[in-house]
Amino acid sequence: MATLTPPVTVHMPPTNKDGGSSLPPIYGGGDGGRRDGAPGYGSRLRRARLGLAVAIAPIVMLFVAFTSAYVVRQGLPTLDEKTNTYVRDWIPVSLPIALLLVNTGLLLFSSIAAELARRQITRQAALAPVHSIPGVSLGAGKGLPWLGITVLLGGGFLAGQWMAWRVLADRGFYLATSASSSFVYLLTATHAVHLIGGMLVLLYAAVVSLLDKPVESRRIVVDVTAWYWHFMFLLWIYIFALMWFAR
Amino acid sequence: MESMPMEVQHHHTAPTSFIRKYVFSVDHKVIGKQYYFLAIFSVFVGMVLSWLVRIHLVWPNIHIWGLGVLSPTGAPGGVMSPDYYLSLLTVHGTLMVFFVLTTAPQAGFGNYALPIQIGAEDMAFPVLNMLSFWVTFLALCALVATLFVKDGPPISGWTAYPPLSAVGSDAGPGLGMGQNLWAVSIALFCVGSLLGALNFIVTTVDLRCKGMTLMRMPLTCWAWLITAILSLLSFAVLFAACVLLFLDRNAGTSFFLPAGLLVNGKLQNHSGGSPLLWQHLFWFFGHPEVYIAIVPGFGVISHVLSVFSRKPVLGYKVIVGCLLSIGFLSFTVWGHHMFLSGMSPYSGFLFSIPTLIITIPATIVSLLWLGTVYGGRLRFTTSMMFGLGFISVFVTGGLGGMFLAQPSLDIFLHGTYFVVGHFHMVMGVAAIFGMFAGTYFWFPKMFGRMLNEKLGKVHFWITFVGVYCIFMPMHFIGLEGMPRRYSSFVNDAMQPLMPVHTFMTIAALTTGAAQFIFFFNLFWSMYKGAKAPDNPWESTTLEWTVPSPPPFDNFGGKHPVVSYDAYEYGVTRNGKDYIMQTDPPGQPASS
Amino acid sequence: MGKAFGVVLTIITTISVAIFVSRHWWFPEVASAHGGAMDHQFVETFVGAAIGFILAQLALAVFAWKYGEQKGDNRPIRIFPGGVKWLLVLAFVYVGSEIILLEFVGQKVWAAMYFTPPATDSLQVQVLAGQFAFYFRYPGPDGKFGPIHADKIDEASANFFGIDPSDPASKDDIVTAELAVPVNKPVELLLNSKDMDHGFYLREMRVQQDMLPGMQIPIHFTPTKIGKYDIACNQLCGLGHYNMRAFLEVMSEEDYQKWIVQQASLQ
Repeated sequence: MATLTPPVTVHMPPTNKDGGSSLPPIYGGGDGGRRDGAPGYGSRLRRARLGLAVAIAPIVMLFVAFTSAYVVRQGLPTLDEKTNTYVRDWIPVSLPIALLLVNTGLLLFSSIAAELARRQITRQAALAPVHSIPGVSLGAGKGLPWLGITVLLGGGFLAGQWMAWRVLADRGFYLATSASSSFVYLLTATHAVHLIGGMLVLLYAAVVSLLDKPVESRRIVVDVTAWYWHFMFLLWIYIFALMWFAR
Repeated sequence: MESMPMEVQHHHTAPTSFIRKYVFSVDHKVIGKQYYFLAIFSVFVGMVLSWLVRIHLVWPNIHIWGLGVLSPTGAPGGVMSPDYYLSLLTVHGTLMVFFVLTTAPQAGFGNYALPIQIGAEDMAFPVLNMLSFWVTFLALCALVATLFVKDGPPISGWTAYPPLSAVGSDAGPGLGMGQNLWAVSIALFCVGSLLGALNFIVTTVDLRCKGMTLMRMPLTCWAWLITAILSLLSFAVLFAACVLLFLDRNAGTSFFLPAGLLVNGKLQNHSGGSPLLWQHLFWFFGHPEVYIAIVPGFGVISHVLSVFSRKPVLGYKVIVGCLLSIGFLSFTVWGHHMFLSGMSPYSGFLFSIPTLIITIPATIVSLLWLGTVYGGRLRFTTSMMFGLGFISVFVTGGLGGMFLAQPSLDIFLHGTYFVVGHFHMVMGVAAIFGMFAGTYFWFPKMFGRMLNEKLGKVHFWITFVGVYCIFMPMHFIGLEGMPRRYSSFVNDAMQPLMPVHTFMTIAALTTGAAQFIFFFNLFWSMYKGAKAPDNPWESTTLEWTVPSPPPFDNFGGKHPVVSYDAYEYGVTRNGKDYIMQTDPPGQPASS
Repeated sequence: MGKAFGVVLTIITTISVAIFVSRHWWFPEVASAHGGAMDHQFVETFVGAAIGFILAQLALAVFAWKYGEQKGDNRPIRIFPGGVKWLLVLAFVYVGSEIILLEFVGQKVWAAMYFTPPATDSLQVQVLAGQFAFYFRYPGPDGKFGPIHADKIDEASANFFGIDPSDPASKDDIVTAELAVPVNKPVELLLNSKDMDHGFYLREMRVQQDMLPGMQIPIHFTPTKIGKYDIACNQLCGLGHYNMRAFLEVMSEEDYQKWIVQQASLQ
């Protein structure tokens, strides 16, 4: 049999979009982010957004797992050995719908406020180089403190959820009362924990803006948190729909 | 869970304080080593536990020095009780599966080598990376703590099937505090793994250097990327399962517990849950987990075989395709752990189809490794020996899967030593061979010194022959229907098999003892080994272009540019038989 | 080193295959109607797996023996003849035919046990597993099992099944600690568990099934050999798991009738 030598691939770096070669030469794919003050904000923002997109996957999987447990548990007949037949023991929870709708509204407005905060800081970041020219004033003030409004409305949502829990407890549905109530508490609590995580980051962003960091740096935090906030809103709509339609 | 992409940390220079440099370091190389040593500690404890378990099976009345102090109730006077056997079995399984097989090949080597191999200065989110290690460390602490709490570790096995794991201490020793700690440990481990997986994916996608296209990445990077995706999707489900288990145990919910449970004479106050639900959630994680353990090994072995055969990997693209399809299929096969669980028998039949289909990519990869070795100029370094050994044990273990994938054969083989032999061979031993190959390969880069090759060879030979002596006979006694997780065998029909157990125990003690050669080699060479050159193996990938060990920012402020594929061996150029990935392009090469 | 590896690997392969083929350690003798088909299925799988095992290990041994690098070796490397293509074909043909053979032709045993209903004249026996014992209940002349009242289960008064004595269906139920069945008659077992996930493992009958609380899982088989067989729990159920066992006694029809009458008188 013939001895073969692999064809040696000697060619210039390709220019396809597959790898880092389409990136700028210096601050391209290769900078690991240890260069302080480097004007790599664009790539850092992109990286942070990518990180968020990836981080959303396990959160979705978490709720997929809860949902499948929910659906399975709801449809699951259990053996009643006394009668030797399979019975269903699912008790629908009577949800405080009006209150939950108000909460949904709060979270919706919170999400809108987050979006406005995101656009505000994006504009500021775009104008930052102009501002830095001495003697130039665009006259544009800071506008409304959208970030604060986001946190406030988010806190309102959490308080509303807490009230909803109290209502459920008054109606006799505790965590261990029945499988259905267990799931209601589980889903809302998990969502709340994730929302609180987002609020902590927003507070961090607020602290950072006090620290007078460059606006581009703040922008990354606000931008990513805003997208996360929208995701939290969609997640809540999903949970609400699940609890409502699959009672 | 929500891993906020914190602002990327920036540093001008390497940290100088001990704490920032070695403890709370954000440097991927330090974190990689931390993970590696966490795995070394776990594998040591796990191995000692497996010794105790094996000894108890064969010499149940033996007095083991010190064990009576560790657990006065579990091993009064140093003699293990049958329930303590189960406790130690649980810790052995949990340690090995989570803290060894999941950490070292992925988080250990991956953290260390991935950024250098793709030409990055660090992972995408260094602080997150540090967090992921310390969360994993806490998880390990919680698990080890079960050994010291009253009643000891849970007796429910690493799979923690409810109701045993969910009803609390009525059901047996270790099911109170021990099981709670277990659930907390695993939940923390999930969080740590998710943070790590996030970092791996973003790093691979976003931080590749100029010219490093996806198809030029070393296969190790592909393996780590695919493993990270598997982790990202499966650990979240295990986390959910742990939350539900914890609530069932401590908040009185009934996700996994049906009504009318009468445990130890006490009627439990639960209603209508299903133990099967846990099994579904657990194995939805559990089967991808098998591949989380082995796929990084696939990457390392493909890499090592190519380097030491002085040949390009045969079918690079096909291997990438196989890894991707294995990753995808691994999410469709979990039901094969549950053929006899009471799940619908029709689902059992359906689950066996993808289970058999997944052997196709696994077979292709094995054949391609053989094809890579064929006609090469093999250099039998210790790393290469473990690489060749990997193919052998993986094929052996994998073929056992052909039997277990069939529900009709599972009727007899389920829960016997056949299963134990199969998964130890294919997932445990193969993955550990991958780790050994990786250790002998990257040690010079990680510590700047060479491991002793003579000791390495001795270590390899005892280990290779030893694992066959331990795990092959398990297949045989499995055929006789010997059940696993039995601390002793009361059935007379099983007595003729006890000499086989004695043989396996002696083999396990010997093979375990050989690992001390490895530990000695590791720690001795770290300080006394020969100084390592930059590229001791004449390898092509980026980590061999930098000094051993690499500087803090990996490339000393330079930006590598890649012009070649990862495995350009077997060419003649400038008197060498390989082309570095970073060699300048365009020079004529002759063959 | 490569030659040594080749030799050792060949020895390991030979010994492993020889031990399997010698059948020194092998399944216990079949004692049920469907068991033979299962053993046949195993042998078929074994032949397929053994071919793959021997070829792969020997190829590895030969390559390691043959291709070691010598000092000053300038021999050019060789690419596998035909490259990837033939290996792909081999993998698809070998594994593909195994899959088709095993999955679609060879699943008769599974189908016979789980997809087909038990024969109408089957002897029904209820099994209740608990930490760490099995109990069996025969329906008595009325052919009906009374309900299980978990709250009435009491080991001390030997009410293992939680039988309500006032219930007419329970009155003639016969509870035993041993499973006895007549030979060559189909048996349907209704598996229940009162506490843990237990396993019901009958090696000689080629029967195994998990027993879960909250479910009643039916299985059926036909014993074909008179004898006494071990029933083992094969799903980790607690500290006494290794000690949880019972016996199946397969009797001639007359012996069985005598036995059941005797058991009824003990209730």
